[in-house]
Amino acid sequence: MLALENVDIFHGRIHAVRRVSLHVDPGEIVALIGANGAGKTTLLGAISGLVRVGGGRILHKGDAIQTLSPDAVVRRGISQVPERRLVFGPLSVEDNLLLGAYTRRGRARKADVAADREAVYDMFPVLRDRKKQAAGTLSGGEQQMLAIGRALMARPSALLLDEPGMGLAPAVCKEIFRHIVKLRDERGLTVLLVEQNAKSALAVSDRGYVLETGRILLQGPSEELLANRDVQRAYLGRERDAL
Amino acid sequence: MFAAAAQYLVSGLTVGATYGLTGLGFTMIFNTTGIINFAQGEFVMLGGMMSVFFRTWLGLDLFSAILLAVAVTALVGAAMERLTIRPIQGSSPINLVIATIGVSILIRGAAMLLWGKDTFSLPPFGGTAPIPLFGAAVQPQSLWALAITLALLTALKLFFSASIHGKAMLACACNRKAAHLMGISVARMSLFSFALSAFTGAVGGAILAPITMTSYDVGMMLGLKGFAACILGGLGNPFGAAVGGLLIGIMESFGAGYVSSAYKDAFAFVVLLLLLFVRPSGLFGKSGAERV
Repeated sequence: MLALENVDIFHGRIHAVRRVSLHVDPGEIVALIGANGAGKTTLLGAISGLVRVGGGRILHKGDAIQTLSPDAVVRRGISQVPERRLVFGPLSVEDNLLLGAYTRRGRARKADVAADREAVYDMFPVLRDRKKQAAGTLSGGEQQMLAIGRALMARPSALLLDEPGMGLAPAVCKEIFRHIVKLRDERGLTVLLVEQNAKSALAVSDRGYVLETGRILLQGPSEELLANRDVQRAYLGRERDAL
Repeated sequence: MFAAAAQYLVSGLTVGATYGLTGLGFTMIFNTTGIINFAQGEFVMLGGMMSVFFRTWLGLDLFSAILLAVAVTALVGAAMERLTIRPIQGSSPINLVIATIGVSILIRGAAMLLWGKDTFSLPPFGGTAPIPLFGAAVQPQSLWALAITLALLTALKLFFSASIHGKAMLACACNRKAAHLMGISVARMSLFSFALSAFTGAVGGAILAPITMTSYDVGMMLGLKGFAACILGGLGNPFGAAVGGLLIGIMESFGAGYVSSAYKDAFAFVVLLLLLFVRPSGLFGKSGAERV
């Protein structure tokens, strides 16, 4: 579905991402974990066409997409929920969702878009209650729901999520992750999930990659990574001393 | 006494309408790109001067001359974005703003070389017979100015609140990264905003030319007044910019009438400064606080 082959990314003279290869199969939830500054957001930026790669290829359904513009990537069916949510603060909740469907304009699709909007409201009923409210006035959790709903409005087949749990209360965070799993189960959505919170991310994902200073350090099924001593020490903040 | 006040009010509203249109131009570019375009006043000048030029040199009738002038000015706005803003779009807003100042000096210089330093005038759109109203003699041109401003304002308001393209332009200003991720072509929106605000400015210039005359250097002061209108109404709010423009026009007109016309240009700016001390976000601006 989505694959990175030996991707290098430079920020000026800084080598931010070094020969990273990873793949996400259809219907999979793959977690990309790593500390702050490991290059996770940069990688997602490269997939979305916001950041240009210095070397390597990004493949989507077999086609190289690393030179496409951001709108072309969205039209191919890859949507991103950015870090810190980035909802359009002064615009209403409803307008935010409409803008999510910006690539699906035209009279013929109007009914489809309206139906999708209702589907988002069914998924997050709190958004329906606040549809006329400015998005900037929502709570953090509600903004995260809006950001996810907005990304879904483009009808993606693959969803990139950048730290969806950031700054949220644990209960809210759990709910967001539950919705992500549900999206995969019900719509067959393919998910690449970037998180600093390794524990929650590995708990919901099928496989995981550990990124450190721009390199893939470890990879494997999520249960294995959760049990890995290095991962535990570095990202879970504990050692399983009972073993 | 009352007749004089009515007269000042009408002439203030007329000039204020142009300030409002200039302010709208500022607002549109600010709302899409987040920068202040200091060449906005030159668009107003081009609208007036080119109308004069097309009418006298090409022998077009008034209506076609204005239409052509407005269209050419919109193209100038688009060219400005392509040639000066796009190549440096990644740099900080202050660099972009300075580039717009450069463009304004360039356009003013080119206009001076092309048309000289004389003042020109356009004939009024609908005759010169004044219409008496509450003791004031209202020029038909004043009514034209107000009606055109109102029509443009309504159209823009609808564009931003009801069309997906208008909302996409607003989204670009809110957050470029998020706009990109929605599949909005930020570059195209930026180009469009420059063309649209050049268009608005040029309309303002064309309706003002029959009232106050025009020359190559009217853009500077009109640009400043338009900017003041934006700030007064709250930067980023199209409605605020239009009302701000009308208010500044009225203050100027009353100040000139009751105090001294020598300080005409100062009144607007003094009131603006006072307001900024009390309400830094402008009359209709929202306060800067935002939940995250």
